[in-house]
Order: sequence, then C-alpha cells, then structure tokens
Amino acid sequence: MVENFNIIILVLLVVTAVISLQVKDLLSASMIFGIYSFLICLLWAEMGAVDVAFTEAAVGAGVSAVFLIATVFNTKRKSSD
Amino acid sequence: MVDFIEIFVERVVHFIENVVQPHFNYWSYVVLMMIGLWGLIAKRNLIKKLIGLSIFQTAIILFYVSLGVKADATIPVFDYEAEKSKSAAVVLPAEPSEMGGKSDGKYKKIDPDHYANPLPHVLMLTAIVVGVATLGVALAVAQSIFKDFGTLEEHEILEKIKTGDYVKHD
Repeated sequence: MVENFNIIILVLLVVTAVISLQVKDLLSASMIFGIYSFLICLLWAEMGAVDVAFTEAAVGAGVSAVFLIATVFNTKRKSSD
Repeated sequence: MVDFIEIFVERVVHFIENVVQPHFNYWSYVVLMMIGLWGLIAKRNLIKKLIGLSIFQTAIILFYVSLGVKADATIPVFDYEAEKSKSAAVVLPAEPSEMGGKSDGKYKKIDPDHYANPLPHVLMLTAIVVGVATLGVALAVAQSIFKDFGTLEEHEILEKIKTGDYVKHD
C-alpha cells in the first residue's frame, strides 16, 4: 500500500516537473511548481521526515510560489519556450 | 535483424525488471534531477531556468532524505508510551525528562531501528531554507534585469548587450 502511494507520487512529481517547465504561461508554471512542492512535501511526510515536510510546505510551496508569482506580475507573463 | 530486435527487447525487459523496478525511487530521483538540469540549460526564459534550478535542488534533497528511511520505522520522536508497553525488559523512568543525564544502561534496549534516521532530515532542513534564499535573490536579480533590458529571454538580452540597447548605469 505504502509502496503504491510512493510510486503514484513519484510519477506525478515527474509529470508536474515536466509540465511546469514546458508551459508557456509563467503564472501557470509557478502554480504547477507549487503543486510539485506540495507533492514532494507529501512524499517527505510519508517517509517519516515530518520536520522537512513542514518546512517544505511553508517555505517551498508557500514562499517560493509567492516569490515566483510576484516576479511574474512585475515582469512579463509570457515565455518564449 | 529480427533476432537482433528480439535480443534487444529481451535485454530491455531484463534491465527494467532487475535494475529499474527494485530501485524505482532512486531512478525517479535521477530523472527529476535531469529534468531540472534540462530546464536549467535548455530553457531560455530566466524564470524557467530558476524553476529548473529548484527542481534540481529538491531532487537532491529528496535523495538525501530517502537515505534516512527504514522499513517499519516511525517518525524520529521518542514514543514513551509505546516503548513502555513494548516489553517488560525495558525499564523506563517515571518521566521522559529524566532520560537526559542517565547512563546506567537502562536505555540500551530501546531499538533505534524503530525510528527513522533524523540526521539527513536536519541537514536537508538547512538546505531547503538556503534554497529559498537563493531563489529569492535570483528572482530579485531577474526583476532588476527586466528593468534594464525590458525582457527576460536570454537570447534577447544577449542581443541587446551586443547592440548596446539597454539602460546603462554609471
């Protein structure tokens, strides 16, 4: 059961990583990167690293996504690739 | 030719069954890391490059945290009640706070295999915080570049540097 959970999250991680790099809209890329961070946080909570999971949820998914969105709003939203 | 294809497919199936499947987690960490590297090198937008950098970083942190995982282990917090009820051979003090200074061998029976290894967690905690700090600084630099060049695309910035078409600071 736990192994299946692991495999599902790892596959979703790879998918979200590729999508966030391929999407041309930078706001979508930031949001999908936030999803990536939450998935990785779930994986860490499942591995028993609760402290790391807390930090990643607060700092990785929260602050990083806010920084990225703030930068996108201060610059351009479209990306060439 | 048909023989060659058959042998090739057989080898690939053998590889997947014996090398990839038993260590699926490590393979996916490597794949994630290479996706990050690809974003860092091949993408021309600066924000995309930074997202790639973060993916690269989290893949390495993921690998290190996974080294502390043990089978049938719980989170690395001392479970007083569970240790007390597990076996009568373990003699515990009345209060968990008394654990600190004692060294009379009472606690040798507590099995560290029941707890995940917390050392990689602590090391990677600092790595996450450092990663966010570098991401913030890099995004600030990207905004400053946008103010001067009016674009975040690497090839356009290089073109503008060549032609001198940007805001110059003295």
